[in-house]
Amino acid sequence: MSSLCRCLVLLAAAALALPASAATHAIVHATAHTIAKGVVEDATVVIRDGRIVALGKGLAAPAGATVIDAQGRPVTPGFFDALGALGVLEIELEESTVDRSNGDPRYSAAYAVADAFNPASPKLAITRIEGVTRALVAPLAMGGDDGPVPVIAGRAATIHLGGGAHALLDRDAALVVHLGGSGKALAGGARGAALLQLREAFGDARDFAAHRGAFEDGRRRAYARGRLDLEALQPALRGAQPVIAFVDRASDIRGALELAREFGLKLVVAGGAEAWMVAPELARAQVPVIVDTVQNLPASFEALGATLTNAARLQQAGVAVAFATEDVANPRNLKQLAGNAVANGMDYQAALAGLTRVPARIYGMDGYGTLEVGQDADLVLWSGDPLEVTSYADAVFIKGEAVPMESRQTQLRDRYRDLGKAPWPPAYRR
Amino acid sequence: MERARTRGGALVGVLLASSLGLVACGKDQAPASAAGPFPSTYAPLPSKPTLIRGATILTGTGARLATAAILLRDGKVVALGAEVAAPSDAQVIEAAGRFVTPGIIDVHSHLGVYPSPNLGAHEDGNEATDPNTAEVWAEHSVWPQDPGFAHALAGGITSMQVLPGSANLFGGRGVTLKNVPSRTMQGMKFPGAKHGLKMACGENPKRVYGGDDRAPSTRMGNVAGYRAAWIKARAYADKRAKAEAGNGEMPDRDLELETLAGVLAGEIIVHNHCYRADEMAVMIDVAKEFGYRIGTFHHAVESYKVADLLAKEDVCSAMWADWWGFKLEAYDGVRENIALVDAAGACAIVHSDSATGIQRLNQEAAKAMASGRRMGLVLAPEHAIRWLTANAAKSLGVLDRTGTLEVGKDADLVLWSRDPFSVYAHADLVFVDGALVWDRVDLKRQPVSDFMLGILGGREVRP
Repeated sequence: MSSLCRCLVLLAAAALALPASAATHAIVHATAHTIAKGVVEDATVVIRDGRIVALGKGLAAPAGATVIDAQGRPVTPGFFDALGALGVLEIELEESTVDRSNGDPRYSAAYAVADAFNPASPKLAITRIEGVTRALVAPLAMGGDDGPVPVIAGRAATIHLGGGAHALLDRDAALVVHLGGSGKALAGGARGAALLQLREAFGDARDFAAHRGAFEDGRRRAYARGRLDLEALQPALRGAQPVIAFVDRASDIRGALELAREFGLKLVVAGGAEAWMVAPELARAQVPVIVDTVQNLPASFEALGATLTNAARLQQAGVAVAFATEDVANPRNLKQLAGNAVANGMDYQAALAGLTRVPARIYGMDGYGTLEVGQDADLVLWSGDPLEVTSYADAVFIKGEAVPMESRQTQLRDRYRDLGKAPWPPAYRR
Repeated sequence: MERARTRGGALVGVLLASSLGLVACGKDQAPASAAGPFPSTYAPLPSKPTLIRGATILTGTGARLATAAILLRDGKVVALGAEVAAPSDAQVIEAAGRFVTPGIIDVHSHLGVYPSPNLGAHEDGNEATDPNTAEVWAEHSVWPQDPGFAHALAGGITSMQVLPGSANLFGGRGVTLKNVPSRTMQGMKFPGAKHGLKMACGENPKRVYGGDDRAPSTRMGNVAGYRAAWIKARAYADKRAKAEAGNGEMPDRDLELETLAGVLAGEIIVHNHCYRADEMAVMIDVAKEFGYRIGTFHHAVESYKVADLLAKEDVCSAMWADWWGFKLEAYDGVRENIALVDAAGACAIVHSDSATGIQRLNQEAAKAMASGRRMGLVLAPEHAIRWLTANAAKSLGVLDRTGTLEVGKDADLVLWSRDPFSVYAHADLVFVDGALVWDRVDLKRQPVSDFMLGILGGREVRP
């Protein structure tokens, strides 16, 4: 790109950003769930230039600020979908709209789902108006019916749900692998083979890093994975990138913990139906767990211990818990998952943290996840208790910008709300 | 079970191609009563006279009784109101701050036919071998040991309809069950409840059969399939009627045609899986062409677009609070669907189609109610509770027995720890025909499936 072009692009970006940066918003008389420092009653939260610039009890709103009177309603950081498919999956059953899985077994860790992320997906608006402002977009491995394929699905990305060119935050936020039942299916029919694949890949990647020159000269033994995969595994090997493992059965979780110790991996358990059975070990190893709290059925022989008290027991054992839903179309229901965790014994503030600070820390996202001065102004004003099923978001800010509370679903609703009262068909209403 | 099931665990894994998309989704020339084959052997479990007092009672008739009492005796509601004297032989439950509602009814379940665990050997819900399998009965697939039944009980479910899946144009007969543990399906069968006939519109039948170069492969193929079947059924019914009048020979028994003829005779209720508004309008006309009624559209994601038509034709819609977008025909789902259908004066029902969702239908109704309120509709809990109780009972044809709390009706009810339209509410006690079949704090009143015994070791025995 010529320097002139680059210049114009920068100017355009500045022009777009201007209105948001200039605006100052103040939410007054709020109940602020700061996540970091407890609950502040009668709080004023001031946001400017995309960040929280003031927060305190009874502060006056600055002159010129757009003021929202919360009348005691709660304010929280925007919620975080800790493992989902926003922007890479529109309609689950229409393959042409799904970009989660890399179907080419030559690549595994190198596959970055970020390359498929579409910040213009209508799902972002549908989800953000319900109070979800950040998400992990994760790849999934698929296949295994015609012989073994890699159990490493690829790399997951973090996003914000404001859309636009800058919605993609970190294209290398996590590495995603399959163990347990899904690992078994991918690896050709054995759980042990899934672990074997990972040991081989990480072992090769370590050797590759120590002998790049020899590898380039063709003087190194053959590796099971290609060059791009071996490079992509380095951040995880350095402990600089979390490794999310889909795993449910207690014994398989122990296997994952062993693997993580062996290679110094920062493990994150996803699913974890039986994680409560190994809670002390997970706590000792400081391994967080991403749960769908309502999956309490013995859905398979690796989830016979599934229970509604999983999140509560993990939290009480000192394990960090974050939330994600199996229903990829509905990350807006994360609050309901957290509410059910609380209804079944989880600490309320820990559940709120599981929707905010916990995933932010897992994915190394600084500047988000708490209400504190200097943090990104991703925040939500709720009509009532944010974990309650009868509450909804009254106002949502992403990086300081007020989100229009509109989506194609609200437009559909409004088009059909007064049936039969207009002489013209609904198609003329917009 | 409309959504993709996954192999492996809670938060995914590998998509299981064979079950992607279809997993979820009839009866008898003899009247569907005890006189028919496979008759109900259900008998209420032992009960004692019980007075619950001091509670807020949402009766399901639209009323809300503050600080009221309800007396159950011999399986029936015998008194209800602000003041009910405690008979000397009654156990008294003090319920200040707690809520009583009719037992929750799920009109769309696959418990028992797609039981837990989700293993190949348990896939008994779709006889996907022909687009018309009106001859199969879901009750012949029901595994009474499905651990999901007890989980549903913990969510206040007292009755449910178990349906075949939606692979076929005619999926077969559904059965209404009382949610009580039993060694046999017959021991759960709701006495006197009519069978349902599961029909399916749209994507599923054409996907299942079109791929094999069989009909139907299009929506027009679907409709041709329904019409051809009804033509045969009408001829069969006419022949039978003539024979009964001594006019000609009785045709051979035909299980498929017996089911369809049962619909034409009004003995079997049509439960029609249908997402799109335009397809519902077509199905209503198919029903008119052949002289049958559609009881309920299931899933009905676009009912809000034709709520006026549904009100006029008196067809119920059984809906999710917010499932959408997992397939193209679900792409226009809106959270206000249930509230908009209700506001148009049509019969609105919250259903689950899910072994996890059935455990929390109260929360699903709460979300639907809140969405309606957010757009300015006036919706009180005493009204919204009807989506889970009275309207569901109407859909199954059992409203004369259950679905509301009125003197003389079956004592199917739930005592909630608080307002049930809350994520924090628990079903403290669940009664079916006056018997206490679930107690949240008394392990002796929590049924455990054979399957769960000895699985976890120690004291960790759960439903």
